[in-house]
Amino acid sequence: MASPTISSNYTTFIKKDVGLSAFSLSPSSFSVPKTKRRNSRKIVSVMAPQQSPRSPSTTGSVKTAMTMTEKILARASEKPQLIPGENVWVDVDILMTHDVCGPGSFGIFKKEFGQNAKVWDREKIVIIPDHYIFTNDERANRNVDILRDFCTEQNIKYFYDIKDLGNFKVNPDYKGVCHVALAQEGHCRPGEVLLGTDSHTCTAGAFGQFATGIGNTDAGFVLGTGKILLKVPPTLRFVMDGEMPDYLLAKDLILQIIGEISVSGATYKSMEFVGSTVESLTMEERMTLCNMVVEAGGKNGVVPADSTTHKYLEDKTDVPYEPVYSDEQARFLSEYRFDVSKLEPLVAKPHSPDKRALARECKDVKIDRVYIGSCTGGKTEDFLAAAKVFHASGKKVKVPTFLVPATQKVWMDVYSLPVPGCGGKTCSQIFEEAGCDTPASPSCGACLGGPRDTYARMNEPQVCVSTTNRNFPGRMGHKEGQIYLASPYTAAASALTGFVTDPREFLQ
Amino acid sequence: MAASTASAALSGNPNLTSSHKPHASLSPHSNLRFSTAISPKFPFKFLTTIPFTTATTAASTRRSTTVTASTTSFHGLCYVVRDNVDTDQIIPAEYLTLVPSNPDEYQKLGSYAFIGLPSSYETRFIEAGELKTKYTIVIAGQNFGCGSSREHAPVALGAAGARAVVAESYARIFFRNSVSTGEVYPLETDVRICEECRTGDVVTIELGESKLINHTTGKEYKLNPVGDLGPVIEAGGIFAYARKTGMIPAQTA
Repeated sequence: MASPTISSNYTTFIKKDVGLSAFSLSPSSFSVPKTKRRNSRKIVSVMAPQQSPRSPSTTGSVKTAMTMTEKILARASEKPQLIPGENVWVDVDILMTHDVCGPGSFGIFKKEFGQNAKVWDREKIVIIPDHYIFTNDERANRNVDILRDFCTEQNIKYFYDIKDLGNFKVNPDYKGVCHVALAQEGHCRPGEVLLGTDSHTCTAGAFGQFATGIGNTDAGFVLGTGKILLKVPPTLRFVMDGEMPDYLLAKDLILQIIGEISVSGATYKSMEFVGSTVESLTMEERMTLCNMVVEAGGKNGVVPADSTTHKYLEDKTDVPYEPVYSDEQARFLSEYRFDVSKLEPLVAKPHSPDKRALARECKDVKIDRVYIGSCTGGKTEDFLAAAKVFHASGKKVKVPTFLVPATQKVWMDVYSLPVPGCGGKTCSQIFEEAGCDTPASPSCGACLGGPRDTYARMNEPQVCVSTTNRNFPGRMGHKEGQIYLASPYTAAASALTGFVTDPREFLQ
Repeated sequence: MAASTASAALSGNPNLTSSHKPHASLSPHSNLRFSTAISPKFPFKFLTTIPFTTATTAASTRRSTTVTASTTSFHGLCYVVRDNVDTDQIIPAEYLTLVPSNPDEYQKLGSYAFIGLPSSYETRFIEAGELKTKYTIVIAGQNFGCGSSREHAPVALGAAGARAVVAESYARIFFRNSVSTGEVYPLETDVRICEECRTGDVVTIELGESKLINHTTGKEYKLNPVGDLGPVIEAGGIFAYARKTGMIPAQTA
């Protein structure tokens, strides 16, 4: 289903037989729980003979070295091996949808499978209202009602509902931004396939899984069948080594990469992030890295699961999972290496995420506002980072500074977690002292503009430094608005000066 | 004509929606059966080997200019945009409350197509007060449709009356959504025609011959062959195509 110009290159990937030594990274000890899990899904009768107790891709008996993404898709399509360019039917582990695309996806599901049709698996669908929540827009409110009706009718297990828009805190089920909520609620697991009707679904690749965004029609199909037709992407590998300077965040790394390869440099491709720097990143930082692969056109991004991943998941899921890793001899389309210790804080200038510039090069750009929020830059650690800068400066912000925690959990953290090295103060205390706006109710907020009454929407042609992910014309509201994408450090530093500012001015 | 074909595109054949009844073969059990039926190799054989003639099915009458995949042509005025036109420019987020599977809102979505283009685009895709565009062919540069996964983007273009986009390259999700909905043909060319055509030029796309003719300038351009995607789009998307070719059961009244 993809462009013919791309598929023609793939024959170069066909790999000669290689030994089995490359599979030392595949922990075969994991194959037992995995087999159980697969079987429970496949057995339709107690007498059914077991067809394929172990898929060769996990036993080490395959002959072709594969990347992580290829292995995940091979397992999900029950193929011993795959090469880029192959089209396969893949079993979906989780399908996520939200208030913007859910109603349309349900409409297609009903139209195509019948008014009384049931979804393929009520426990594998996660419905997260998050885009247009705190608005008086009637159609937006109606769309959340449509989600609720569908979840009730289909007995969907994971629906993070909100009924009282006046006070999000009285809605215990309500989470907020879907990609952050998916992780916090334990729906992201290594080795699995997660699809969502949102381009930033790729965020979940931080957990070492295949995660990508799809449209309503594909989602309608998945709702009915649990399957999707996918073309196996070739992988670009990004090796990031070196100690991360304490003025950089993962946002700087991904802006560096997008600036390097452009907004279409990874179109149809997988982006794999490895190296000592990536290993040192927290889960939330890895999520930031994977979140923006779509801004380079990427199909998915992956970070190999490790002890950081397992620790994060410990108290979040009981579902057994089985990580996979790229073989040593796996074929990568290209490899990019970065010495992170030499990088500097970056921004992406208007109106494209690949218009990379050093923050200090833009010090004369006067700004009107700062926005900290979204799936990219509205996680707990993003607010901790911003608070650290405000605290270090001891100053007040010079432009309106809007804070939109991604989820209810993040909001709680902002109000309760002490910011390291700040004398026990919480983010909220530091933000208040710095003169920021009070943290708003968790949602996608103004990252994508939204209805006119959305909090912090850019209704004037202003200049904004934002921790969000896109800066195309009109993204945050006004078509002539200018958005500088930046890390939470850079955003906070810019708020303090009223100009685009390198955070080293306050952190050193 | 544009209005009726466009609405048919989304609501499907009338007999798919209005007279639809719950059907045994669509129960969860049949889903299981279905999932075994689409064993991995199966659909691809279909995509490559089933000869495609449209005269035999009702679905093909959806597009009035369509006869068969190899003789399909589109003729009309073109609207030219540049590189990296993202989904926010095709359909800004504030209009995403419209649900494309709802026929009324489908029409409305169309009326907002390309409303997010900056004011530097002096000629607008849809004139004020109109629901439809007079430009049936969109010509773009690289990476058309980048940004979000919103299916509202190809739907808005199709609902507005556009039939095809010709670009140097596409963002992946937009491309896929165009095919799966069957809303617009996402055609590719290696030529930078967004610099050679101007909004308002009269153009013809000959799908079978993989070429675009600009009658205003008298130039001809080679397009990359549409291949197996043509029949899917022509059928009206993946579901319609799958029914038509027997991959999934046809819906009966």
